[in-house]
Amino acid sequence: MTKIKTLADLRKMKEEAQSKIKLRENSANPDQVVQVKVGMATCGIASGAKETMKYFVEELEQEAIDAVVTQTGCMGYCYAEPTVEVKLPGKEPVVYGHVKKEKAREIIDSYIKRGELVDGIIPVSFKTIDD
Amino acid sequence: MKTLSEHILDIVQNSVSAKATLIEIIVEEDKIADLCSLVIRDNGCGMSKETLAKAINPFFTSRTTRKVGLGIPLLKHSAEAAGGSFSLESELNVGTVLTARFQLSNIDRPPRGDIAETLYLTFLSYTDGNLVYRHKTEKGEFRISSDELKEVLGDVSYQQKEIREGILELIKSNLEEIEATK
Repeated sequence: MTKIKTLADLRKMKEEAQSKIKLRENSANPDQVVQVKVGMATCGIASGAKETMKYFVEELEQEAIDAVVTQTGCMGYCYAEPTVEVKLPGKEPVVYGHVKKEKAREIIDSYIKRGELVDGIIPVSFKTIDD
Repeated sequence: MKTLSEHILDIVQNSVSAKATLIEIIVEEDKIADLCSLVIRDNGCGMSKETLAKAINPFFTSRTTRKVGLGIPLLKHSAEAAGGSFSLESELNVGTVLTARFQLSNIDRPPRGDIAETLYLTFLSYTDGNLVYRHKTEKGEFRISSDELKEVLGDVSYQQKEIREGILELIKSNLEEIEATK
């Protein structure tokens, strides 16, 4: 592939790859795709949230899972950073703490793909049957 | 915060939460003056004099989820530890300008870090306005903005592999071109 140095190169690259490229999912139907929010305030960044976010972006793409990965602020669980909120379509969001690469892998494999909860949930939106 | 790009990633969030529609990040390296400066300017809601005075206090934050706000104090400390200086100016309803200066040759100056990755992740998340990044060295200037990217890429997801790699390569090769230091 030729080196991309200008926006024109980028446009050309996009046009060449157009057939493979899907339209931006989040604008069309945000509720239909997996939403991953990575806590990226000072505490998150200091704990390596950048690597976590990068990992989610790359891996979810690799596995062809329709997902939107974005940053969010601090949720007040600084001790458990990097924290990640995962919302599967039609489900309540779940927040996971201490998400480094290994944990991220586990979340993708078990929770995102199969819907099985993984250890390390922070009970933010936790509800009991009585609620 | 180990690198300049981590600081940028962090501080830009302040502008985003100030509802800015234009955020400018300017990094300037000057070997002759032995200076590396970082300016982050936004047109967000700004701060009153009282708030501005408290912003550099690590025990002040506008958040309610926790009691500390370390982004600005850490950057101020980084700059001062590297023989530089720090300033923060703001006007209510006009915007905020943050400037951090580092002595370029100082051993304590944080390394540049992965600017391309940082910008990419920021472009991915900040969709409410225009984010402009400028990097100047004696070899030239590199400029990229989220509006330009939007114009070129249209509705395509930036998470798409080809697009992600394209954006990263565009930033990396241009930074190499102007010999931006590590």
